[in-house]
Amino acid sequence: MNKPIITVRDMNLWYGQTQALKNINIDIPEKSITALIGPSGCGKSTFLKSLNRMQDLVPSVKITGDICYQGQDIFEAEVNNLRKEIGMVFQKPNPFPMSIYDNIAYGPRTHGTKNKAQLDEIVEKALRGAAIWDEVKDRLKKNALGLSGGQQQRVCIARALAVEPKVLLMDEPTSALDPISTSRIEDLAMELKEKYTIVIVTHNMQQAVRISDQTAFFLLGDLVEYGNTEELFSQPKDKRTEDYITGRFG
Amino acid sequence: MTAKRNVYVWAVRLMMWLAIGLTSALTLFVVCYVLVQGIPHLSWQFLSTKPSYLSGNIGILPDILNTVYIVIATLLIVLPLGVGAAVYLTEYATNQKLVGIIEYAAEALSGIPSIIYGLVGMLMFSNNFGTCLMAGALTLAIMNLPTIMRNTQESLKTVPQSYREGAFGLGAGKWRVIRTVVLPNCIDGVITGCILSVGRILGESAALLFTAGFAHSLNGFVEGLNSAGATLTVALYVYAKEQGEFGVAFAIAAILMVLVFYINLAATAVTKYFEKKNAV
Repeated sequence: MNKPIITVRDMNLWYGQTQALKNINIDIPEKSITALIGPSGCGKSTFLKSLNRMQDLVPSVKITGDICYQGQDIFEAEVNNLRKEIGMVFQKPNPFPMSIYDNIAYGPRTHGTKNKAQLDEIVEKALRGAAIWDEVKDRLKKNALGLSGGQQQRVCIARALAVEPKVLLMDEPTSALDPISTSRIEDLAMELKEKYTIVIVTHNMQQAVRISDQTAFFLLGDLVEYGNTEELFSQPKDKRTEDYITGRFG
Repeated sequence: MTAKRNVYVWAVRLMMWLAIGLTSALTLFVVCYVLVQGIPHLSWQFLSTKPSYLSGNIGILPDILNTVYIVIATLLIVLPLGVGAAVYLTEYATNQKLVGIIEYAAEALSGIPSIIYGLVGMLMFSNNFGTCLMAGALTLAIMNLPTIMRNTQESLKTVPQSYREGAFGLGAGKWRVIRTVVLPNCIDGVITGCILSVGRILGESAALLFTAGFAHSLNGFVEGLNSAGATLTVALYVYAKEQGEFGVAFAIAAILMVLVFYINLAATAVTKYFEKKNAV
């Protein structure tokens, strides 16, 4: 395992009175893909959204314990800088209703890049990085909502890459996509791990096996088992993990 | 049984036809009556001159300009207030109880008869800086505040949460998210509110009788706002009720009707335009 970039210690999370995450401890190694799996409502998405403080948008949420990014407590960091460092791709492709170019340039502009030539360069680099440059290079000024779902999702990945994050959180990024678009995104994730740390929530266990280096299995708010993907799927240590991955529930 | 039923069905049908016929006939009658009475009095001179007691000329150019001035001034005042309030209530306010109370108050505000606004406007504005178009515009701004606010609010609520999440996820601050992602997507609500308000301002007389005065002098925008002046509806009232010039009143009525017709057309066109644009 590479050295950890995110460390979580004794983390608990409540939505109002309901505890959604219980005593989570996990180290996420950099430049690798970590998959979070588990049945619906197990807390994996909740956990993912805590890592870049998207949970701040939910009024009733309460978090205890430590989450550190590169050794720094994320709750003491400036939240907009944290989200620049830890980017996010959502379950449903959500490009803004503006041109493809403006979508990609949104992040850099937010963080102060105004120069046109510089922006052009960033946009091209990000779109190439998300493996969609060739498909959209002639229609950068067209509305991003006119693209197909799979293209939209890659534009969203490009949009996240444009602010040069270190970590990319992906919340079931392929669940709304067809198989071909899915395999494109998977290939892309494999390429991106050379430079980025990826944490991906997935419902699809084959996907976790195909692309991830580590897998964490969540159940009812507990982190049941966490380890090397191959080992977790071939020799699960916990009975509950075994039952889940062999399809006995979930 | 069937015969009875047939009679019943036909009776209901007949009543519906009657209702439709009466409604359309009344509307048509009013429109035609106003147009027939008004159009003969319309002329270029009527539209492009100011009235003069010396020459006996009657012209409504000052009233047209006053109407334009008051529409512009009212929108300039009410837009920042209404949109600002809507943004605060939907995006920032955390106390849902308070939001509920303000929304309820706004609803109540839009149900108050306009003559009451006139009275309040007179006491608050006209008594302080004179009877003038500006006092009228301020009064109308209060009157139209709920319309702009509620329309903007409803429109803000339709902006998908996923847009906000996407922008926050890139490290954008709250105000930047609102300015660059949320507001551009609810511009249709703001425009709809504006058009409804313009319609209401055009048709308003009671509130203006108290606050803006009756003068027919020809002024520029700034000067006009500082002096008393009649809008088209007020002029209509004055010509009909105080000078017995019914022909003139009907001519003004015809102009107003055509204006309102165009405003409704514009409202429909804008709604369609944005529906199309959002459907990409």
